[in-house]
Amino acid sequence: MSKFKESALTKGAPGLNTASLPDIVFMLLFFFMVVTKLRDTELKVSVKTPEASQLTKLENKSLVNFIYIGRPTVKYEAVYGTKPRIQLGDKFADMNEIPLFLEKHRASVPENQVSQVTSSLRIDGDVTMGIVGDIKTALRKANQLKINYSAKPIQKKD
Amino acid sequence: MLKKKKAHRMSSEINAGSMADIAFLLLIFFLVTTQISEDKGLLVKLPPWSTEPPPDFKANSRNLYSVLVNAQNQLLVRGNPMDIEMLKENTKLFISNPRQESDKSTSPQEAIVSLKNDRGTKYSTYLRVYNELQAAYAELRNELALKKHAKEFEFLSDSQKKEIREAIPLIISEAEPTAFGEEK
Repeated sequence: MSKFKESALTKGAPGLNTASLPDIVFMLLFFFMVVTKLRDTELKVSVKTPEASQLTKLENKSLVNFIYIGRPTVKYEAVYGTKPRIQLGDKFADMNEIPLFLEKHRASVPENQVSQVTSSLRIDGDVTMGIVGDIKTALRKANQLKINYSAKPIQKKD
Repeated sequence: MLKKKKAHRMSSEINAGSMADIAFLLLIFFLVTTQISEDKGLLVKLPPWSTEPPPDFKANSRNLYSVLVNAQNQLLVRGNPMDIEMLKENTKLFISNPRQESDKSTSPQEAIVSLKNDRGTKYSTYLRVYNELQAAYAELRNELALKKHAKEFEFLSDSQKKEIREAIPLIISEAEPTAFGEEK
């Protein structure tokens, strides 16, 4: 009995086994790789979407194109002013570039899924409806009728 | 003898101690370069574009629920100013018309919600109004689903969902916006 105690004392606490640490970290890594998407576009306009309750999730990311509307960020204010602008892909665009943008995206989609293509409109809450109405008209003219007004779930205020 | 010993050493295990560091590095890289995508929103179907003027349709005015939003973000519902908090309940009452009042819709299939905004209306207000209108329809469908099948709408089978969608079709028509307000 006394011998057993002594040996435990001299050995001290055994080191923590960290052999499974890489596995745990890899698991975390894969989780983040799956739930997030690479920041492929740098936002040049500031977009703070409003809150809404009737939200639908956008399925199948490859069938979605994004149109951003908002005021240019501070970095681009000097060149592009403070009026709301459209961003398609990673650059500022004009209203008349929308059909080409949509057509380019459609070309990358399998033909039988073209009808399911959705436009996600990420619009800043402070923008007035003038530019939004013009975009809607442009989308209708380009026969892109499925749209999704991007919004955040309503946060409970307490 | 000497050779044998060397071979034995070669097959010793690889030190995996730095594996965690490498994995952490990768993890942090992904955390920095990615964004958790907010990919939710209000799904809306736009009407197809046509150059022809819209058919001069004379809906019974009792079936028309007109919502106007002006450049000051105020609401005018069927000629009366209204607070946005009241919009959902009021819309539900109009569509379902539980007491069969003569100034509300004859039936949910006939009811038409018409939304008109100004070019100076703030987008957040517009979206909130649209959200409230969609919410009114969603709640009515849910109520009908509970009554008919004792289940919430989202848990119904596809054919049951279709049946309810036909009973309460979502009709929100949007008129050309007015241009009185100042665009900012």
